[in-house]
Amino acid sequence: MRNIGTVIKKEFARFFGDKRLLFTSCIMPGLMIYVIYSIMGGAISTMINCDADYVPQAYVAYMPDSVRNFFEGEGVILESVAPSDAEAIISRIADKDADICVVFPEKFERETADYDVLAANGKPAPNVEVYYNSSSPPSSDMYGKVMAALDGYEKSIANKFDVNRPEGEAGGGYDLATDKDVSGRVLSSVLPLLLIIFLYSGCLAIAPESIAGEKERGTIATLLVTPIKRSELAIGKIISITVIALLCGLSSSLGTLLSMPKLLGAGGTGELGIQAFYAPRDYALLVIVILSTILVIISLISLTSAYAKTVREASLIASPLMLAVMLAGVSGMFGTESRAAYYLIPIYNSVHSMRGILAFDYLPLNAATTALSNLGYALAGGFALARMFDSERIVFTR
Amino acid sequence: MKEFLVVDNLSKTFKLSAKQRKIEKTESKRKVAVNGLSFSAREGEIFGLLGPNGAGKTTTLRILATLIKPDSGDAFLNGKSILENPGEIRRKIGFLTSELKLEEFFTPNYLFNFFSALHGIEPERRDRRRKELFGIFGIDDFAEVKVSAMSSGMKQKTSLAISVVHDPGFIIFDEPTNGLDVLTARVVTDFLAALKAEGKTVILSTHIFSLVEKLCDRVGVIIDGEMMRCGALAEVKAGRDMEDVFFDIYREKKGEIA
Repeated sequence: MRNIGTVIKKEFARFFGDKRLLFTSCIMPGLMIYVIYSIMGGAISTMINCDADYVPQAYVAYMPDSVRNFFEGEGVILESVAPSDAEAIISRIADKDADICVVFPEKFERETADYDVLAANGKPAPNVEVYYNSSSPPSSDMYGKVMAALDGYEKSIANKFDVNRPEGEAGGGYDLATDKDVSGRVLSSVLPLLLIIFLYSGCLAIAPESIAGEKERGTIATLLVTPIKRSELAIGKIISITVIALLCGLSSSLGTLLSMPKLLGAGGTGELGIQAFYAPRDYALLVIVILSTILVIISLISLTSAYAKTVREASLIASPLMLAVMLAGVSGMFGTESRAAYYLIPIYNSVHSMRGILAFDYLPLNAATTALSNLGYALAGGFALARMFDSERIVFTR
Repeated sequence: MKEFLVVDNLSKTFKLSAKQRKIEKTESKRKVAVNGLSFSAREGEIFGLLGPNGAGKTTTLRILATLIKPDSGDAFLNGKSILENPGEIRRKIGFLTSELKLEEFFTPNYLFNFFSALHGIEPERRDRRRKELFGIFGIDDFAEVKVSAMSSGMKQKTSLAISVVHDPGFIIFDEPTNGLDVLTARVVTDFLAALKAEGKTVILSTHIFSLVEKLCDRVGVIIDGEMMRCGALAEVKAGRDMEDVFFDIYREKKGEIA
């Protein structure tokens, strides 16, 4: 046991004593994620949303009086123009010099009043032309408002039934999802994939250096001629790398969580007050699942690192595994696994347990199966690693 | 004098990869590294293992250091089988080879503490030992310099100090002066002589004849994994120069030198 502590202390001294390594593998990923996601969020927000002070260049030809109120209701102010000017305005919209142009039929009100769907016999209904430019955010924004106004008008002249009338029995509260549910759904579809990738990347940045690096430099043989047991060396390595990888994963996760409201807020989801929704038990479960996942990943990469001759070879061998990890991560974007046996599959079980916890939709049995099976795989990996350290073919001739 | 190390009929073969077979220009899938090797070393003497590159010296020493296992045979250190008691043997031996490296990130001070801890040495004894060994090798001047910034001589001195941190009674040196400048090589040979004076048993592998003649009490000449001659230095030399004796043995085994 004492030797395990000695190995852990040495690994920590190596990692935390090397400021460059500490910065590049632990601090930089989180910082980069925060900065990149925040910039992305800002950029998307600029693309989607318009400047509040912007006055849209909106025009209308043959504006019917009966529609005017609907436009005003949507906050759309249209400048009336002669139909002959419409062509020039449409050209300006294409050049993004104007935003929208609505052209009504000349006798719109009479034509709509005369039009009978049942008696039309294939004759098309009066057509309102709405010219806009979808690549221009103000134009797109105006198009949405104009369409809402026209939909409102259409309903007013041919209303046969309502859907979710605001003053209905439910008092407008037809969507029964709470903010908590919405927040959970959004986070659970994105975070498990990101977390599993960050965790794997964090482990991949450290484990090959710690094990294949020792082989490559010849320092592992120096260790093996001391009285340390191979199992102590394997356990010491796995524990220290796990703690370091956990810190790296934590940094990446923190970067993601802090930037997520900015990123999602840009898509119209608004600010996500996630900390208000998750209870300490959820966080505790998440930490247990993450920790057990890191143990599995570390065991896996440690074994490939022990097999490889150099750090580069170890990274090359471990890289294809990233694809499998990403596939498992993607599988978590489309729903939570309900079959209990699937929680025995490493990585896949972690992704679905994380998804379940984040979506407030998990069975304690599945989370427990994940944690315990991962622990079992990690122990088996540690045992195999100790055996590999005992193999002269692995330590000397590989 | 009591026989401290008894090596009994050690054999070891290695599997050759396709690449290795190509390099070695052989069709054989296995290479015999050590073939029925037997010798013994007495307490307080330096035993020299002399042979060309690829003779099986390093393999023999790695087996004695419990780093690899023989296919057959055994060795006994003070009566204890190295196969049955590898953990105990590791506590009693020191092993130094030019192939064993130190972590470049650390300083001699840190590494000395680290290896002392692995050997279970108490801090007080460790500090006494550090003072003694760092003094012998002049490590105090660069005790806080990272290995990455040290010369090969400084590294070898640090490796020497670390290999005997636990004051072992039996020390294995595999070509300890390889690649060293004359001054550092002298420090190493002086240290070997001092170990002998302290009554330690040393196994020294080398292909430097003068080193054998200067330091060793007994010598074994190993070629192609087989012990060709073994005995007291004077007996093996029979009044001749060690180099001439070695080449006569070599011709006897391999024919004319190409």
